[in-house]
Amino acid sequence: MFWNEEIETLARPELERLQLRRLRQTLERAVRSPFYRRRLTGRGEDPPRIESLEDVASLPFTTKDDLRSDENYPYGFLTVDREQLVRLHSSSGTTGRPTTILHTRGDLDSWTELVARCLTMAGVTASDVFQNMMGYGLFTGGLGLHYGAERVGALTIPAGAGNSRKQISLMRDFSTTAIHIIPSYALRLPSTFENMGYDPRDLPVRTAILGAEPHSDTIRRRIEALWGLKAFNSYGLSEMNGPGVAFECECQEGLHLWEDSYLVEIIDPDTLAPLPEGERGELVLTTLTREGMPLVRYRTQDLTSARRDHCPCGRTHLRIDRITGRTDDMLIIKGVNIYPIQVERVLMRFSEIGSNYLIVLTREERVDQMTVMAELEKGFFRGDLASLEGLRSRIANELRGEILITPRVELVEAGSLPVAEGKAIRVEDRRNG
Amino acid sequence: MAHQITVFAENKPGRIERVTRVLKEAAINIRAITIATSDSFGVIKLLVDDPDGAHDALAAEGMSPFKREIVAVLMDDRPGGLHAVAETLGRAGINVEGAYGFVVEDKKRAVLVIEVEKIPEVDRLLREQGLSTLTDEEIYSL
Repeated sequence: MFWNEEIETLARPELERLQLRRLRQTLERAVRSPFYRRRLTGRGEDPPRIESLEDVASLPFTTKDDLRSDENYPYGFLTVDREQLVRLHSSSGTTGRPTTILHTRGDLDSWTELVARCLTMAGVTASDVFQNMMGYGLFTGGLGLHYGAERVGALTIPAGAGNSRKQISLMRDFSTTAIHIIPSYALRLPSTFENMGYDPRDLPVRTAILGAEPHSDTIRRRIEALWGLKAFNSYGLSEMNGPGVAFECECQEGLHLWEDSYLVEIIDPDTLAPLPEGERGELVLTTLTREGMPLVRYRTQDLTSARRDHCPCGRTHLRIDRITGRTDDMLIIKGVNIYPIQVERVLMRFSEIGSNYLIVLTREERVDQMTVMAELEKGFFRGDLASLEGLRSRIANELRGEILITPRVELVEAGSLPVAEGKAIRVEDRRNG
Repeated sequence: MAHQITVFAENKPGRIERVTRVLKEAAINIRAITIATSDSFGVIKLLVDDPDGAHDALAAEGMSPFKREIVAVLMDDRPGGLHAVAETLGRAGINVEGAYGFVVEDKKRAVLVIEVEKIPEVDRLLREQGLSTLTDEEIYSL
């Protein structure tokens, strides 16, 4: 099922011609902003000349720091008068000043269009009741999906984040068929169902859209089993609107990234050189339809790979692999690079372990220590210390196989690790400086 | 046969308090308690007057309890009382995973709780030696 079949299945040569045309338009527009005028124009005010899509590699990158520097924040990237702006969104700002994106009416319309394509891909239609369990407000997850769901005609419930009992009542009262939810919350909510005497598998919910957190395929399968539904991975970042950048089709072998709206590059985050197709690196995106704040070669810090081969669903837009982390998530411990999702992948192999976990970093006598705290699943405990010790050493061994260092493993009681209302907190760094 | 309740607990302040509070609120009497710990977590073992009630009350609080069958042997509280039990088990090649004891009735008798794998076999061995093993009900009527 397609929302916009013509564009979604456009033959690649045509798609690339469209991209080239839009890239030139984007550069023409971009140089109207103070930032890109300085960054992209030499003498005179002409935008850089682009003969082919490959020429984009000659342009400078744009980074998160550019967006939030004193010089550019908040209006340095604007290419339109402020009267033309109708909406502001920003990132969560967990790593410093938030990045803020200002949207024109046209930008919101394009964004909504992309989200409508994604929802249609997941099979959400006008006959669905769509419960949007993401935070509304500056965060893009709530409003982004909200307008997309309304556009496909679904009955849209703006439930927002948290308030588990209310969520469950809404689901039951209005026979919700599709939900948009953060993976860690989707894992946690069934225990509230249990307390209320219900089983989520008895509800008509058949589709979940999982967004806002990188998560492993095992976590997805766990969510599907707990809820009795099919879950789709949604990717986006606030600098590129938010959700609606890339989304899984029914084949679930990667996420189609809308190439009529974004130009994709994968680079080596250390050398900044472009990587050959299929190799894992940092995703770099250039907006192709953005009016208010076009971004050129924006370094997303998200790590993935891209493939342009044929997908059985018929969509021609390239597929990115599940995000395995952000370059700034990377932990360096005892000289080894580790991503939290590697730890998650190992933990989820153990049925004795619940879904919430925490990585704690400490420094003891000038040596970094990594402690993985994992919740013991309720049904597993068999009353003796020996099996717990055995479990702990098996986890430590498997982690060693994955991340090459042996962390300390601590088993903690179910429900004892902190839970976040929004994105899950997976790493606590207690090293000072 | 008798049962003990074991609870998985992190090794940090307040964990025993949490268990005893739940049992108090459920009006469950604790006959004996012992704790086995590793460095960061441990197992609290309890002999209570209502093992099923204790299990459910602890589980309802989100804890991880487990009801386990054990052998409770009644001994005279005098020198050599424990030795008679230990000798029987040793001779039969029974490996004891865990054990603890408590005294009842103003130091006349004591109970030894033994955690072993082959419960029926151990029970039979001890009875053959003239030792009496207790059921849940018997433990609390002491």
